[in-house]
Amino acid sequence: MKKLLPALAVVGVLILANALFGGSLIPGVAMPPYLLQVICLAGINITLAVSLNLINGFTGQFSIGHAGFMAIGAYVSAYFTVTFGDRLRSALPFVPSVGRESLVLLAALSLGAICASIAGFVVGVPSLRLRGDYLAIVTLGFGEIIRVFILNIDAVGGARGYSGIPRLANFFWIYLFAAATIMVVSRIVRSSFGRTLIAIREDEIAAEAMGVHTTRAKVISFVVSSAMAGVAGGLFAHYLMYVHTNSFTFLKSFEIIIMVVIGGLGSISGSVLGAVLYISLTEGLRQFAQYRMILFSLLLIVIMIVRPQGILGHREVVAFLKRKRSSEATSGIRGTG
Amino acid sequence: MTTFLQQIVNGLSLGSIYALIALGYTMVYGVLRLINFAHGDVYMIGAYVGYYLSRRLQGKEPSITSALIVMFGAMLACALLGILIERFAYRPVRRQARLTLLITAIGVSLFIENTAQLIFGPDPKFFPSLAPHADFIVAGVRLTSEQITVIVVSFLLMVALRLFILKTRTGKAMRAVSFHLDAAKLMGISTDRIIATTFAIGSALAAAAGVLIGMQIPKIDPLMGILYGLKAFVAAVLGGIGNVPGAVLGGLLIGSSEVMVVGYLSSTYRDAIAFAILILVLILRPQGLLGRVHKEKV
Repeated sequence: MKKLLPALAVVGVLILANALFGGSLIPGVAMPPYLLQVICLAGINITLAVSLNLINGFTGQFSIGHAGFMAIGAYVSAYFTVTFGDRLRSALPFVPSVGRESLVLLAALSLGAICASIAGFVVGVPSLRLRGDYLAIVTLGFGEIIRVFILNIDAVGGARGYSGIPRLANFFWIYLFAAATIMVVSRIVRSSFGRTLIAIREDEIAAEAMGVHTTRAKVISFVVSSAMAGVAGGLFAHYLMYVHTNSFTFLKSFEIIIMVVIGGLGSISGSVLGAVLYISLTEGLRQFAQYRMILFSLLLIVIMIVRPQGILGHREVVAFLKRKRSSEATSGIRGTG
Repeated sequence: MTTFLQQIVNGLSLGSIYALIALGYTMVYGVLRLINFAHGDVYMIGAYVGYYLSRRLQGKEPSITSALIVMFGAMLACALLGILIERFAYRPVRRQARLTLLITAIGVSLFIENTAQLIFGPDPKFFPSLAPHADFIVAGVRLTSEQITVIVVSFLLMVALRLFILKTRTGKAMRAVSFHLDAAKLMGISTDRIIATTFAIGSALAAAAGVLIGMQIPKIDPLMGILYGLKAFVAAVLGGIGNVPGAVLGGLLIGSSEVMVVGYLSSTYRDAIAFAILILVLILRPQGLLGRVHKEKV
């Protein structure tokens, strides 16, 4: 029960915040729709960045195909709600309508996550035997292949994009899954399996010599990461109500990588920070749209030269602040002495 | 049969372009062990430099001289660009982890693409013709003068590169650096200079490819480098990365298979075939067709 309390608190706060932002808690008080949309997209990006960090930051395997798994999650879950959503709703007449919608969303998201993780397994098994740059290029290739195949499926709109998806996701669901992703990844990283992953990142050959089944560990972390990307994709589809394969090109994968790298590879709070920073900068610089990506690419190069470990490095925000404070304290002592 | 031969010819001329770009990837990978993501964008810049140069020369009759000026101008400009990229982006992070180098390369690539969109405008431009156009029919197969130029010019450039690498002192130094960077340094080779030269040569070849594609498919845009670059990289891996003849072989194979897919299957899959080949190669023969296996040492 004690362990459940924080989780319940998070859910409670999210329900309250959702009602407040949506305008149903205090009549007349609501978040401007544009701002709310930016915040919701930031939440989806947090899920994407944190899940990518599991494979890129903690396992040290550089994947550039995250958008592909996001696309699978988006299309599969959207197809499910559009085709089977009504049948599922009519099968549950005894559940209140809010619960029915939630169940449809949850079913769609889980299906999307399952399909994305199957794809992650199929992609991961052959490609995770490769090292470094080869893996990067193969994941990029798989991401593009996934996209081209979806583009050729007429049942989900093909090149016209897929429209008519009901809006089932909102602030509450997006941030619930963002929180769940953060929790799952941080629990994995602190477990003994997480130490296996970090061992692979630090030195793959040494890890193998210590008896770690490296390919197996890498595939597991890849599959978990893909499943989370699938959930993020599903939320994306059910929030914007329209998906097009152009949203899932490798530029999207690059975007997620920029978030992870800016925040710090191997830092969960870093990824959250990176995602929020990225979204606020892109939205804040909207009137300078054509300079925006130039700025980001320069930022990426400069960060790599000046601080290749990202803003937070491997550390979490708590440890980062603690270290800052203690170093300030010691310098203070030195100053008086 | 005629259709098949026609496809082979088309595949060869597209494949020569991939081969020229792939050479730059494979040479840079040889000396730095880096996938130079920005290489495809250097190729795009080459096409644009060629475009502006030929606009300058317009009004005069299309002639061999003006075509040569355009070609060499673009190659020179891109050689310079390659040296600048190496000096200011890659050299500061060369001693860092390889992942850092890779992310820097992605950053450089995004930077060039977006700056190009700002300077040249995002709309495609139409490349003026550099030489008089003519068609030749050989055994029912149509050969355009552009296709012949592409194949001949890239063949000449590849032969020149081969001679350069095998016969000159600088070429020997390049081979030494790609064999073992630190040992080459201990033998008194100025590795910084050799790496810069490698970037210059690779970028010049990419620029030549850019001008050639401008002649063949007269439409250029700031994002054209992405897909061509990726496919050329696949070609380099297919031939065995770090291996110069392998890059040429890989380029021709990728070009032909792409043309075959468009001709016999569906044009929507033209971008997927290169990646499908890549994945098959990496599973079945990770060192590439002509590459050698490197044992990993602790």
